Amino acid sequence: MSNIPQELRFTKSHEWVKREEDGTLVIGITDHAQQLLGDLVFVEVPEAGSSFKDSDDCAVIESVKAASDVYCPVAGEVIESNEALADAPETINNDPYGDGWIFKLKPEDEGAYDGLMDADAYAEVVAEDEH
Amino acid sequence: MGNRTPLYEEHLRANAKMVDFGGWDMPINYGSQIEEHNQVRQDAGMFDVSHMTIVDLSGDKVKPFLQYLLANNVDRLKDKGKALYTCMLNEQGGVIDDLIVYYLGETFYRMVVNAATREKDLAWIEKHAAAYDVTVNVRDDMAMIAVQGPNARDKAHKVLGVAIADQLVDIKPFFMREMGDVIVARTGYTGEDGYEIMLPANQAPGTWRQLVEAGVKPTGLGARDTLRLEAGMNLYGHDMDENTTPLESGLSWTVAWEPEDRDFIGRAALARQKSEGVKRKLVGLVLEDRGVLRDHQKVIVDGEEAGEITSGSFSPTLGKSIAFARVPASVGTHCQVDVRGKLLNARVVKLSFVRNGKPCIDV
Repeated sequence: MSNIPQELRFTKSHEWVKREEDGTLVIGITDHAQQLLGDLVFVEVPEAGSSFKDSDDCAVIESVKAASDVYCPVAGEVIESNEALADAPETINNDPYGDGWIFKLKPEDEGAYDGLMDADAYAEVVAEDEH
Repeated sequence: MGNRTPLYEEHLRANAKMVDFGGWDMPINYGSQIEEHNQVRQDAGMFDVSHMTIVDLSGDKVKPFLQYLLANNVDRLKDKGKALYTCMLNEQGGVIDDLIVYYLGETFYRMVVNAATREKDLAWIEKHAAAYDVTVNVRDDMAMIAVQGPNARDKAHKVLGVAIADQLVDIKPFFMREMGDVIVARTGYTGEDGYEIMLPANQAPGTWRQLVEAGVKPTGLGARDTLRLEAGMNLYGHDMDENTTPLESGLSWTVAWEPEDRDFIGRAALARQKSEGVKRKLVGLVLEDRGVLRDHQKVIVDGEEAGEITSGSFSPTLGKSIAFARVPASVGTHCQVDVRGKLLNARVVKLSFVRNGKPCIDV
């Protein structure tokens, strides 16, 4: 069973999004996603300063099994990336919602966050996946 | 639903993630592939390999039959129980399958062939067996468990009991011993010491559970792949197939050219390729940049596309990505690989990467 924190927002492609007090968004991949991928061995984070549109692929994570893209949940500019993941990609397996965060984004439109799925809606996506 | 081995329920009980593998429902991992990989390198792990096909061949002319069917020469097998790794070729020298053949007597040999190639292998074997009056008996009544790792033999001895263990103490690598209806071979596909145990299907779940109790951890096909990759062992359908010969697949050592008058299927084609010069070879690659090498990525030599990765993954033992690649025979010590649109640097090395828990290359 995967962990889906109530206070986060989610995408169908299994990213989670957390809104900080200043409106910055912290983004990572969900517990369900890391379980599907298995042991992660490589993470390529987006460069700070780069801009992405909604659903652009902006990071790469690779497990022993396969490579997978991470998609930008909403349009915005990357203000910080989790450089520690380069040497410790397994952090995402061990702590997907904490130290395993991937990047921080300044959204173009602050309201875009509210359009993302809540935990209950994402739980349904996961339940369908597991069937 | 795919085919199920006699150990299917054991996999579910151990929370295996099941996937389709050549028509079989098999465990890819039981949690962490890397932990499973490491436990085989450091202690003992076991694989359900019951999906592989065991074929018994018997008859007065079984030896000349196998000398014609296989590129390696079963005449090298002088002692009962000795095993030989070989390719079975088509007339063009392409590899139909790679397999292990065991010598059990002048009129009795056993082969273990791949699961995914089962039907075409059996059709090919039966087609040629007729002329030699060889009886082909597929042993679907048997299961196979591979127990691998530095502590694998000790732990297996405890489970198999004193009577069997006594007969295994001095078993040499690449030999098998038959003890009633249990057959134990000191072979494997990981680069570690260990056994492949063939036993009646109905005994397999009990033996599996006893091995678990003895500290042998279930290990999935995911770790099996990274273990064999580190060990420099080819995987059929990736590193060689019907369109490649053993000479361009790192398997020249399995082709027995002597005696010169032994005619085997594919010999003429191989001899022609050899005399014209083999233009491609299989090498090992170690990725020097960050990233992961994967099957079918393009290899670039001197700025030009020159070859392809046949098997690529991450090596848990080396902490780097490694691969096999088929490249021009003239390749130097370095190349580049197109990894998701980026050219990354790789070093060309001789296979293998890891044996008996230790790196074979500088990292």
